[in-house]
Amino acid sequence: MVTGADFLRSLLDTGFDFFTGVPCSLVKSLIATLEERGGYIPETREDAAVGLAAGAYMAGKQPVVILQNSGLGVCLNALASLSLIYHLPCLLLITWRGYQGKDAPEHLIMGEISPTLLDTLRIPYSVLSPETVQDAIRWASDTLTQTHKPVALLLPPGVMQ
Amino acid sequence: MKLAEALSAIIPVLRDELVVHANGFISRESFNLNDRPGNFYMIGSMGLASSIALGVALNRPDRKVVVFDGDGNVLMNLGSVALIGALQPANFFHVVFDNEVYGSTGNQRTISGQVALEEIARSSGYRRAQRVDSAAALRSAAQEFFVQPGPSFLLIKIEPDFAERKIGRITHEPPQIAARFVAAITRTEQ
Repeated sequence: MVTGADFLRSLLDTGFDFFTGVPCSLVKSLIATLEERGGYIPETREDAAVGLAAGAYMAGKQPVVILQNSGLGVCLNALASLSLIYHLPCLLLITWRGYQGKDAPEHLIMGEISPTLLDTLRIPYSVLSPETVQDAIRWASDTLTQTHKPVALLLPPGVMQ
Repeated sequence: MKLAEALSAIIPVLRDELVVHANGFISRESFNLNDRPGNFYMIGSMGLASSIALGVALNRPDRKVVVFDGDGNVLMNLGSVALIGALQPANFFHVVFDNEVYGSTGNQRTISGQVALEEIARSSGYRRAQRVDSAAALRSAAQEFFVQPGPSFLLIKIEPDFAERKIGRITHEPPQIAARFVAAITRTEQ
């Protein structure tokens, strides 16, 4: 497993420098590290976080939006009618509740369809594992720069401490 | 006072402010009155104009960032009003054109006739929040509005356009709107 501090270091080393989102227990160590560092913007909704990231990008930042996959449902229209059509990229770090069908009932359907939703939006994504975090973040950064689209990293349980 | 009249009172006061526009008639009317590179027209993602503007304002504290918002948009993203109040960006100026209807879908009522949006802004922590309901009051408020530090909230009560009006749509493509807005943000770096 990786620590939140290691994960943040990889993000910063890759050039990501603006952080917002809505929390999930699967990334609590990352958000704790961000809060300690300062500058993390605790948004009230995931679609607002996508809007905030769009503004940050236009102001010269490389934004990261942290959200649970429940919030992917909330931000579908923001992604479709803002990020994708204006070419305003961000890294979506999406925690994967309902992974492999093992979770509380409210997470099961969204857990099953999260990759399909990203495919439908034609948002490139990669599934994180503890061994591939650095490579995945590098891939996300390269893809985002090439495509000018949001890119997603799906984070299953057991990847971050 | 109609939307075009309200916009015509504010636009001459603007200098190099960056202005994020809510979707619908606010974008279209402003685009047709006075298109400028520092205008970002949000044609979709209803509710998020204030979030986009906040993202700019937090990262460019040296620039004044304005939102031309609507009552339906503000009500759709009240969490953003709370966040702006909590973060206190001094360069954030929230102008709300409140006609109490969803204008571009056929004037269906919002609830802003019952709910004072400027009071929500005030209790969220905006440094200043005021309401004007006449063109004369607006002209006098607009002079001062962008001079004092924000976050500031100006609610402008306007009349809905019940007559069928043909207001042209934004003719720029979305990536072009974003690219020239980026250029306008960076232009005054000296």
